[in-house]
Amino acid sequence: MQTVFKRKHLLGIRELEAAEITHLLDTAETFRDVSRREIKKVPALRGRTVINLFFEPSTRTRTSFEIAAKRLSADAVNISVSTSSVSKGETLLDTARNLEAMAPDCIVVRHSMAGAPHHLARMCNAPIVNAGDGAHEHPTQALLDGLTIREYKGRIEGLNVAIIGDILHSRVARSNIYLLTKLGATVRVAGPGTLVPTEFADLVEQGLRIEKRIEEAIESADVVMILRIQRERQDAAFFPSMREYAVHFGLHPEHLECAAPDAIVMHPGPINRGIEISSEIADGSRSLILDQVTNGVAVRMAVLYLLARGNHAGLQKARVEPVKNEKKQHKGSKA
Amino acid sequence: MKLLIANGYLIDPSQNVNADKNLLIEDERVAGLLDRGEPVPQEKEVFDATGLVVAPGFIDLHVHLREPGEEYKETIASGAAAAVAGGWTSVCAMPNTDPVNDNPAVTRFIIEQGQRAGLANVFPIGAATKGSGGKELAEMGELKNAGIVAVSDDGRPVPTAGMMRRAMEYARGFDLTVVDHCQDPSLSAGGVMHEGRWSLILGLKGMPAAAEEIDAIRDCVLAKLTGARVHLAHVSTRGALEAVRRAKEQGLRVTCEVAPHHWTLTDQAVAEYDTNTKMSPPLRSPDHVGALLEGLRDGTVDAIATDHAPHHADEKALEFDQAPFGITGLETAVGLAFELVHRGVIDLERLVELCATNPARVFSLEHRGTLRGRAWGDVTILDPDLEWTFDVSHSRSKSRNTPFDKRTFKGGAVASIVAGRIVYLHPEFKQIAAAKRAELASKP
Repeated sequence: MQTVFKRKHLLGIRELEAAEITHLLDTAETFRDVSRREIKKVPALRGRTVINLFFEPSTRTRTSFEIAAKRLSADAVNISVSTSSVSKGETLLDTARNLEAMAPDCIVVRHSMAGAPHHLARMCNAPIVNAGDGAHEHPTQALLDGLTIREYKGRIEGLNVAIIGDILHSRVARSNIYLLTKLGATVRVAGPGTLVPTEFADLVEQGLRIEKRIEEAIESADVVMILRIQRERQDAAFFPSMREYAVHFGLHPEHLECAAPDAIVMHPGPINRGIEISSEIADGSRSLILDQVTNGVAVRMAVLYLLARGNHAGLQKARVEPVKNEKKQHKGSKA
Repeated sequence: MKLLIANGYLIDPSQNVNADKNLLIEDERVAGLLDRGEPVPQEKEVFDATGLVVAPGFIDLHVHLREPGEEYKETIASGAAAAVAGGWTSVCAMPNTDPVNDNPAVTRFIIEQGQRAGLANVFPIGAATKGSGGKELAEMGELKNAGIVAVSDDGRPVPTAGMMRRAMEYARGFDLTVVDHCQDPSLSAGGVMHEGRWSLILGLKGMPAAAEEIDAIRDCVLAKLTGARVHLAHVSTRGALEAVRRAKEQGLRVTCEVAPHHWTLTDQAVAEYDTNTKMSPPLRSPDHVGALLEGLRDGTVDAIATDHAPHHADEKALEFDQAPFGITGLETAVGLAFELVHRGVIDLERLVELCATNPARVFSLEHRGTLRGRAWGDVTILDPDLEWTFDVSHSRSKSRNTPFDKRTFKGGAVASIVAGRIVYLHPEFKQIAAAKRAELASKP
């Protein structure tokens, strides 16, 4: 397979070419089989070290990256830092530089603030994988969604995809919008006016359609993506109540009647049952929520494999020359 | 002490002078403009300005000098050094120091530190409300006696229309201009950049243009109600500028300033999360930038002011959300203003008007911004052809937070003169002056 992905970091989907995305998905497909074997391990990254640096609570993504690293035989180290302790003490940059001094081959970063991985990519030497930064991007989530769609639809080009919910605060929505439109899908979005700013229509060159009602977005959709209501990220009330949200913007079985007959339903998790998605759908036959999780491991294996193989310079040079420990000669002694 | 600035091309919009003139300064003040060949006193120092432009000293209405309280970012002395190196002979220091300049002791301290530095004139701006808390009026009368030139709660916009009305009415009695940082906090809270396409792409919380526009309109309405002199700081939006335009048409005493970064960069500059593109008001979208250029051209904008806001490198090395707002600007502003001249947006006379003539009027700085007889001998010497590169590692400011490092410019200040004393001379001034003389001599 020819290497199309030559980047040092994976910070977002927006800057990727369609060919790079396809290459990542193809690579992920080859790794998907590993998880289906009895011995779920290949030696691809033996002797490499991956650090999962999580500044935000996460179960799924952190575990997924850890399992991905281990199935590639890399040594995975997990670090969870609560944002509050960071604000009291060490800066993000210092934390990362200290970790870098231990010569990791890749640092996976999750942070509540947009741009934090870019900051590290600029200042550090190790490859950086963005595992979600604020409301900016979550590239591996979009890749695993793309992989799941490809698995069940055979293609992405030409599909109609509806994305429903809190677009404003969603890094998953952004990364998916880029990935899907780059690969030729048509994307429509819907949600409360407070969470779907009209400027989103210009997010990508080909434009997005913003619908007021979720029925309009779902009309003949091949894929319906539901976003999580991120109660923790909302510093103000964007809608009157969970009850009203569930009634007007939650996905119910009758909504799917206007979708394509073989439409699939996705959700990045964790789901708020009965709010943005009804349990009948979440647990129903069209739901691919758990397939998404399975594909997450394959996608992260592909990303780690492509970034941590070690084309980078390794440890940065010390600023002060260390003492050379060659032959010790006593300068003072006479020959 | 006599200083003759000879052989220059003098631009002084305050008296419609645009001609080859010699300028004589005697005992700190302007003694007169002389035609070439007019007799001059025998004993004098001569500054040869052959091929250079001689203008009234530039006045920056909006700087943060951080002293007292945050001397690790800037001191009055380092800020004044950066000012004169950038061509500014006077700077007006915003009151958001620690403590806030809401009492005469702080005002006098700032003035004294400025005098000790002996570089640019440092004019303090007093707080409009106590502690800039937006609740009680500051002692404007006492502050004026101590030497403030205007009042403002810059950085912490006066939150309610009621409080702003009081401040305007009270300031009017002391003939003090009220300077407002227009920003409705209920719309801008938590925002770190301009709200629009780029804030959505970057996932950063935006500050809508409406936050500035609503407060600008409010202030214009209150200017009418109170008759006060109101100056809108660092206007960055089309709507705020339109409000000022309408207010001027109605004859209200409303003025405004624009900062160079706002007409030079757009919100797209934030794309790499460089914290040196984070300031308040934020870099705006191209439509707003276009409106600023219109305002600079058509006279709606009164002044160019830097909003020089030094921050320590450690503070700017944080995540974008965490880093403080603001960039330095004293040493790059005139270069960026020359970009407007070379792009044909404004001419050189208008540049002088924006940097000297009008700022003096906005704060009623008597005998400044002009080269009439008896005015203070403050002069900015410009070379419109000077090609130079800004290197932040050589900045006189204590801070390094600028998005303009390594930017190349055509046109800049080569000398600054305050009260007849040369306080800044370009490091290569001798070569520049020699080249100018040689160039002119070679012409028939």
